[in-house]
Amino acid sequence: MNAPLPLAWSWALDGWIVAAGVLCAVASALLGNFLVLRRMSLLGDAISHAVLPGLAAAFFLTGQRSSLPMFVGAVAVGLATAFLTEWVHRYGEVDEGASLGVVFTSLFAIGLVMIVQAADHVDLDPGCVLYGAIELTPLDTWEVLGRPIPRVVVVLAAVVLVNLLYVTLFFKELKITAFDPGLATTSGFRAGWMHYSLMTLVAVTAVASFESVGNILVVAMFVTPPATARLLTDRLSTMVWLGAAIAAAAAALGHLSAVAVPAWFGLRSTTTAGMMAVSVGLFFTLALFFAPHQGVVPKAWRRLRLSLRILGEDVLGVLFRADEQTVAASSISLPAGQLRARLHCGRLPLRLVLWELYRRGLVYRDLEGVRLTAKGAGQARELVRSHRLWEHYLVERAGLAADRIHLQAERFEHVTDRAMRDQLDQETSLTETDPHGQAIPAEPDDA
Amino acid sequence: MNAQARHAANLNGDDPKVPLSVHDLTVAYHRKPVIWDVGFDAAPGQLIGVVGPNGAGKSTLLRAILGLTPKASGRVRVFGKPYRENRGRVGYVPQRESVDWDFPIDALDVVTMGLYRQIGWLRRVRAEHRERAMAALERVGMADLAKRQISQLSGGQQQRTFLARALVQDADLYFMDEPFAAVDAATEAAIVELLRDMRAQGKTALVVHHDLQTVPDYFDSVLLLNMRVVAHGPVEEVFTPENLQKTYGGRLTLLDEATEAMRRRERAL
Repeated sequence: MNAPLPLAWSWALDGWIVAAGVLCAVASALLGNFLVLRRMSLLGDAISHAVLPGLAAAFFLTGQRSSLPMFVGAVAVGLATAFLTEWVHRYGEVDEGASLGVVFTSLFAIGLVMIVQAADHVDLDPGCVLYGAIELTPLDTWEVLGRPIPRVVVVLAAVVLVNLLYVTLFFKELKITAFDPGLATTSGFRAGWMHYSLMTLVAVTAVASFESVGNILVVAMFVTPPATARLLTDRLSTMVWLGAAIAAAAAALGHLSAVAVPAWFGLRSTTTAGMMAVSVGLFFTLALFFAPHQGVVPKAWRRLRLSLRILGEDVLGVLFRADEQTVAASSISLPAGQLRARLHCGRLPLRLVLWELYRRGLVYRDLEGVRLTAKGAGQARELVRSHRLWEHYLVERAGLAADRIHLQAERFEHVTDRAMRDQLDQETSLTETDPHGQAIPAEPDDA
Repeated sequence: MNAQARHAANLNGDDPKVPLSVHDLTVAYHRKPVIWDVGFDAAPGQLIGVVGPNGAGKSTLLRAILGLTPKASGRVRVFGKPYRENRGRVGYVPQRESVDWDFPIDALDVVTMGLYRQIGWLRRVRAEHRERAMAALERVGMADLAKRQISQLSGGQQQRTFLARALVQDADLYFMDEPFAAVDAATEAAIVELLRDMRAQGKTALVVHHDLQTVPDYFDSVLLLNMRVVAHGPVEEVFTPENLQKTYGGRLTLLDEATEAMRRRERAL
């Protein structure tokens, strides 16, 4: 890489920061899948906030940051959040969301008070809690295999490994307890056991990420990458790895845009953890709009194309019916204005549709207006045949009154193929005319 | 022997030929009883309808028997043993609305879950399991839709998926919570056929059912439930207008009063 990186970029430093971000993001996203699918995304949020008093208490007791007691204390409080929430919900008869809100805000507030108290004599500040100090990653190293590796990277790598093992080994169990806890329990898989093992790992991940990348990032990474992946796939296994990939990409992009992008505009670099969360939010927004199946834009596009196709078929139908009413054997032209009036459609949609029909060789223009080609007449015949067969069927077999069948037939005609028409023909008594007395045209190849 | 006498003879519920023996079962939510002193024995090889008004505790009864809802008191025996020891012989089809149909899995996945108990902790799902799940989907006429995400299935198709899952469980005693709720006529007929197949194989099924019209046609015996057992026995003996009146019409006023009094006293404290 050369061009866009500013002078400040150095692989020795920034490489480790990206590594820490990616590891944190992947660790959180792996577990987040099951939080999202169990509709308890907020519990991840709650736990990662509520670990604060645990951190502070352990800090008071030992006087050190990042010691093992601190880790254990925080995880214990994180688990207590899950227990307490469940308890308040069940025994206090309080709605689940409300009990969650009560428990975690109280714990978080207690933690904040403790930290503010401690801030006078120690270097643990509230700002650090929110966005961490990922920029300081490379400074604090451990010796691993004779090489200095940032401590945060070692810890987070271990957490990723544990989470990865958990999700792969217990994939089946996580799936069944998330989808159908009743079946899981009657099948001998303890839903409660899976719940609290997941919560333990969520707490561990939150605590491990806490110090290095802060709260914002871990909350964003628990929920957003899995939610993004869910928009892109209908398969759970795909969702799990895709979520992890999205998380990793967002983390890398986040640091790059925190350091490099502000420099382009002559600004100071901004917080990496914040930009990582912003990036993953951006990915989610993109997926929301452009995901192939569930995206807003592809959905609207498909609807538009469908309505244009139907309009096109209706144009063919109108032309065919006009031809039927003329005495002459050949086809006649209809001016565009008349087509618009009969189809109740706008100028632009009609123009689009006519252009498409023209391109496919189904209609052509002459001086008086639009006219069916032989090929177009064939397709139109199929449509009108479908329509009238359906009307016939609806009166004869479904017992509907003749004045109520037109709209129904109008909808069905667009999805009726040859096989269905033949079946309709067989299932109704053979007549040449529809309930309104109009002739049912034969199939084009029989005509 | 009528149902009550049979139940009295099997008070311990230890007869391994009796698929299900429930004795003195009470379940309460927040101290308010939902089912009260329920006792009955299910006869082997029968389709048993569980019938009663909304809030009568039908689903709760099923869930309490299966250990999904804590019991306040009572004893349940499955083929003469506590449920936990005979879990492998029991299949459960929950209400369709009880699961999230937006879950990112396909119909085949759902059916395969019925085999998880046999597969066991930590072991992987293999091709052989998927083949068995596929065969079950074929039996309910869903083979073509095996790979479809479950939210794309109609209500009837979702219910068939659940039934296929019950089939692969290959249990001897089934609990089904409203399998006929909001399904199309074709699915209803398919479910009835499957239930009769099961009965022909000597299996027993307890089915929560809402449509009183079809009870005599579908079931061998019926359990009329409204917090407590109103009546239990062969359909022709028990499914009478008087019993239905007792189940649906007559309110359990004494029990209601007691509950109300308890609530008032709690508030006064």
